[in-house]
Amino acid sequence: MNRSEIIENYSDIVVTKFSSKMWSTFLVLGIIVYLIIAILSLDILQIHKKWSPERASLFALDTYAHKDHVTMKWSEPDDIIISFEGSRWSQYVGPYQKSDGLPARYPEWTSIGSEGETKISFKNGGFANLYDDKVTIENWPDTQETLVFRLDAQGKPYVENVDNLPKWIRVTENKIEVRPSLYERVQVYSKKVEVHRYSLGWNYFWFDFDSPLEPYGIWNAISLSFSGDRIDPNISNFSLLIQEFLNNDMWHHGQILWALLETIFMALLGTLLAALLGFPLAFFAAYNVTPFKFVRTILRRLFDTLRGIDFLIWSLIFLRAFGPGPFTGIFAIAITDTGTLGKLMSEAIENTEEKQQEGVESTGANKTLQHRFGIIPQILPIFISQTLYYLESNTRGAVIIGAMGAGGIGLQLLGAINTGTSWEKVMYMSLLILGVVIFMDTMSAKVRRALIGDETLGAELQLAKMAKK
Amino acid sequence: MQSSLPENLIKIENNLKSLTRTRSIYSFLSIAALIAVIYSGLIVAETGNATSIWVGLPKFFDYPIDLFVGSWEYGYRWNLLLLEYLPDLISTINMALFSTAMGTLLAFFLSIFSSRNLIKSKATVLIFRRIMDICRSFPELVIALVLLYLLGKSALPAVIAIIIHTAGALGKLFSEAIENVDKNPIEGLESCGASWFTRIRFGVVTQALPLFLTYTILRFEINIRASTILGFVGAGGIGEQLYTNIQWKYEADTIAIMFLLVSTIIALDYLSSYWRKSLIGLKS
Repeated sequence: MNRSEIIENYSDIVVTKFSSKMWSTFLVLGIIVYLIIAILSLDILQIHKKWSPERASLFALDTYAHKDHVTMKWSEPDDIIISFEGSRWSQYVGPYQKSDGLPARYPEWTSIGSEGETKISFKNGGFANLYDDKVTIENWPDTQETLVFRLDAQGKPYVENVDNLPKWIRVTENKIEVRPSLYERVQVYSKKVEVHRYSLGWNYFWFDFDSPLEPYGIWNAISLSFSGDRIDPNISNFSLLIQEFLNNDMWHHGQILWALLETIFMALLGTLLAALLGFPLAFFAAYNVTPFKFVRTILRRLFDTLRGIDFLIWSLIFLRAFGPGPFTGIFAIAITDTGTLGKLMSEAIENTEEKQQEGVESTGANKTLQHRFGIIPQILPIFISQTLYYLESNTRGAVIIGAMGAGGIGLQLLGAINTGTSWEKVMYMSLLILGVVIFMDTMSAKVRRALIGDETLGAELQLAKMAKK
Repeated sequence: MQSSLPENLIKIENNLKSLTRTRSIYSFLSIAALIAVIYSGLIVAETGNATSIWVGLPKFFDYPIDLFVGSWEYGYRWNLLLLEYLPDLISTINMALFSTAMGTLLAFFLSIFSSRNLIKSKATVLIFRRIMDICRSFPELVIALVLLYLLGKSALPAVIAIIIHTAGALGKLFSEAIENVDKNPIEGLESCGASWFTRIRFGVVTQALPLFLTYTILRFEINIRASTILGFVGAGGIGEQLYTNIQWKYEADTIAIMFLLVSTIIALDYLSSYWRKSLIGLKS
């Protein structure tokens, strides 16, 4: 068969009309034109200008590493300050300081050299040595010589032996910056010297800097809580462990976990309330249960309005009434989802099979019993599976409402991002949220699969499946 | 009466009674659990909330009334405000449309590599599924906030965040649609020597396309809401205008924006449910 024969024999399925061919061509052209317009209007091409790799890598580094600062002022070279993340509240007390009866606590990577200089050792095998009048770096990769930084007569920093500086040393008029990799950094200014030393991991995650349990570490602290002498004579080791963990001044575990609980309760209560309100209302909006068209229309429009006014706007209205807090989130979720669940369920009720109801009717049961045993058993699996589905998506919604001002983990996260420095906390909270959402997802998928066998289908497809049966 | 029944019927009746009893115990327990959850939740909420529920509930209508009174005082020029904020609405819709298109494209590729009936290697399927899980589980807001910090305030971070989330969410649905397609057309194509791409193009896509479109339309509606919310945190568009006007207490403008938003969402809701129903053949 050649082409013309095929066209002749199968004229009903072979498309030959020019206009129908052109239609799809125009569609594709239209999409391409739109994409070009969108790319231009959304500034997609500007991305490389806004993207600063240095900022992004610092941000990424901050999510999984921590740094210690060593600061020496040229005017007071004896008073070297070693602190965690540069915080005033978490300074190590070094051996070279008068420790005023405090236990001498200093990081193991610092030591005192033979000439009284402070030696800081780095992971790359090198050292930075702080003398009273100079700073030297020795044994660093890519360079054999010991580099010496001093201040000149005008008080500007300079490098003594300048023959061939490695690429990772940047000398400007007021500052020398040594940064061979992201993990070590020495900055020499005219007023002070600052050394940053990064290490992997989240430090002081379990117990904060000042905690009495900090020197023990988490595993020793746990074993101490079951045996051993009391660290604090007033309370048992176990209570101390819990208390020190929750009151961690750097990670604020107590606050964050409470906020997470608030968010979970927002989603849980909001969805439950929506289910409790939407389920009975759905019966009044279904034509095979409620004969009054008037009532049905009013309820249908009510559902549409509740759903159409987005939960964003509901949460703004509730925020004014209840102020920041979980009630705002609970009611915003409950009101929006009453509309959604009410609509879906009333459609499900209308799609139920009549035969079962007729069967119950034939036994002489009244209307209430007919609905109870004729309709509810048919829609209950869909109802529960849909409620669980919304519970899962509301958990994500509750985080968002929280950030809008309702509190909970969303607000904590927003706060941490806005400080711009505590990225490790942002990471920590993101992982918590991820864990909760994945947990809810898996649980609800399991229950849905057990209930209806096919957890993948959305409500409308389930309805379509029911209607085809 | 009881004694006149045969023995096996009495047995059945007793069984039924004991079953009913167990059932009502279960129902009672689940209702008790429900009440416990609600009660403890209300306690958590009450301690966490700035205003107690009994103080807040009567104040529920304060804000809507304020808004309406404010726009009433603004007078007849109110409808011009609708025109004023129309460009912002369009830019929000543009954000949503573009990110839905890109997200759907990504989701399509992700879903092919995470469908067991197309990819033989179990490890590949597992890896792509986990990637989609992670993309899906992060709320858009979290990704957008981090990107807004890194890239500065513009629509771009919001678009990227929505694309990531859409790719994960749609990818999962797409891959399940692909796994549920009829095997016979694929085998038929294979038997006449069709390549892997041809098999996907004519064996899979043709079957799953109505479902793909259904999910995509639904997602577009969700993404309009998402891009409005992301406007609140600095992505521009109508969300940002809403936020500013609420902060400045411009009631008339706030109402105008809310009106635009709600009518867009309701219109889209009707349109998309009409499309979806005609696609899956459920017109009632």
